[in-house]
Amino acid sequence: MKIVVCMKQTPSKDSILRTSADGAGLDLSQTEFETNEPDSYALEEALRLKDEHSAEVVAITAGAANTTTAIRDALAKGADRGILIEDDLFAGVAEPLATATALAVAIRKESPDLVLTGLQSDDVGFGQTGVVLAELLGLPHATLIVELRTDGATLDVKRELEAGWFQRLQLPLPALLTIQSGINKPRYATLMGIKKAKKKPLDRLPLGELDAAVSPGLVVQRLYAPTKQKTGTLLTGTPAEQAAQLLTKLREAKVL
Amino acid sequence: MSVLVVAELTHAGDFHPMSWEALTAGRELAGQLGLPLSCLVIGGSLGDRSAEAAARGVTQVAAVEHALLSAYTADGFCSALTQALGQIAPQYVVFPHTYQVRDYGPKLATAVGRAFLSDCTSIRFDGAEPIFVKQVFQGKLSADFTLAGDAPRLFSVQSGAFAADAERPDSPAPIHALAIELDEAAIRVHPTEPYREAAGTADLSSAERIVSIGRGIKDPENIALAQRLADALGAELAASRPICDSGWLPLDRQVGSSGQTVKPKLYLALGISGAIQHLVGMKGSEVIAAINTDASAPIFEVADYGVVGDLFEVVPELLKQLEQS
Ligand SMILES: Cc1cc2nc3c(=O)[nH]c(=O)nc-3n(C[C@H](O)[C@H](O)[C@H](O)COP(=O)(O)OP(=O)(O)OC[C@H]3O[C@@H](n4cnc5c(N)ncnc54)[C@H](O)[C@@H]3O)c2cc1C
Repeated sequence: MKIVVCMKQTPSKDSILRTSADGAGLDLSQTEFETNEPDSYALEEALRLKDEHSAEVVAITAGAANTTTAIRDALAKGADRGILIEDDLFAGVAEPLATATALAVAIRKESPDLVLTGLQSDDVGFGQTGVVLAELLGLPHATLIVELRTDGATLDVKRELEAGWFQRLQLPLPALLTIQSGINKPRYATLMGIKKAKKKPLDRLPLGELDAAVSPGLVVQRLYAPTKQKTGTLLTGTPAEQAAQLLTKLREAKVL
Repeated sequence: MSVLVVAELTHAGDFHPMSWEALTAGRELAGQLGLPLSCLVIGGSLGDRSAEAAARGVTQVAAVEHALLSAYTADGFCSALTQALGQIAPQYVVFPHTYQVRDYGPKLATAVGRAFLSDCTSIRFDGAEPIFVKQVFQGKLSADFTLAGDAPRLFSVQSGAFAADAERPDSPAPIHALAIELDEAAIRVHPTEPYREAAGTADLSSAERIVSIGRGIKDPENIALAQRLADALGAELAASRPICDSGWLPLDRQVGSSGQTVKPKLYLALGISGAIQHLVGMKGSEVIAAINTDASAPIFEVADYGVVGDLFEVVPELLKQLEQS
């Protein structure tokens, strides 16, 4: 079984984001990156299947030049190979269709049995790349997957619905799934894994060499700090003063 | 040319309430652009739903009904909606950003050769050009988008971003049943009946007070501190998703779009950032208080009382003062 996992690196949780001079992009020169958290659940699911069914796991990313954080992480945790599609188009707010088209060109050559993605990225968060990719590859798909079983020919998955509801689905392989958090506990990379990762193959594909151009559909006009609509009261002072005020307010509101 | 709103039916056959929020967004857009507003209803057997949609102040209802749409599948819905969009030829198509739309919206857009702007929170106008606002980078930034390319232009709206549109039963709109063809063999995913997990013991919906913990609690050992506060306040303990994902608290204590919706008299959030999927589950609470070290955390936008501070300093103080009183 061959599994392709689509991964992305996103600015680390506590990073401060600066917009670029033209206001329509980001200045990421000072930013630290980490693996997009939802993708780490997708990777773990692939590695779990590898442990059970002896699969080959290929991690792929579409990113700016040298965006190897997520791929190196994947290789260190146990993925067999990495593919990096490089272009500065992916440095800012890339459209899902542009990203998925690039991924599709590279993934088609791999003819995988299963493609996994996170359910969305913690940066722009369109939550679309996986589903668009499935359509481009002509694969059946299912999203928000919280349990995955396979006999090698079909998938039996549990999909999260709203408000505490679930549903089981069966679909034939090859297929694409977007993975929801909580499906597993992502492993940590071991020192041995990190060492081994350095010797694993990492293919770099310049976007310009792929037939993956798309005409723009979503155009960013401006990125800016959101206007906050704070209506409540902020309680200030020492922790003891804050606690005292909070209790007073809650008693006044008759909720204690 | 029209603005078309795609209403969603739940698996129980009722309208998803977010359908009417999408209708409000559609009405704003249609008003600004001087276009008629219409509504599409899709499902296996629509019953009275088409007539109910017709009583929502639209100029037309498109009814897409087919036995193969009884259970939702992305393949079935995309095929049906591709045909419907071809017949209606709308200028804009508005979707509620439900889990179902997450599942088929991007596929439909790709199938009809268009982009899809997901999860918008508002629409502004720059002359005749609508500007769609979306939160990005976990709410740290907002982005203004325009949609390029030909009609139809597709977008979805975030839960709670637009107020639900009212019923307008006075002059019901005409209903057009669209003829569509579906091929059973082309539906590759086979769904089974939706179900709930065996109900746990926690019934948060009737709790008067809730103390809810998020990732800021840092370690399962610290949950005892929050539990002590909950006990002192006569409150139930609840949590954000990552706490339940990690197994630190059972799933039936998760508040949010995938978990429970709660409306207690008091909701006290400890170390919860306030992601939209969490907010939809608790913003109806009577009084919301939040303790968070990050003054820019979105939870403070819904909190009546905000404490910018370390929960490990403030909660022990709360316990001490509650004991003294
Ligand atoms: C389809 C989908 C469904 C989802 N469903 C749900 C759902 O049902 N429920 C849900 O909750 N989420 C849900 N999520 C996840 C949601 O998007 C957020 O990721 C999640 O709510 C974040 O949880 P959190 O606030 O605990 O963690 P974080 O976002 O990591 O926030 C932790 C907060 O703790 C604060 N903090 C840290 N240390 C301290 C301290 N010492 N004192 C005080 N504050 C501190 C930080 O400033 C931060 O604001 C869903 C997501 C998706 C995409």
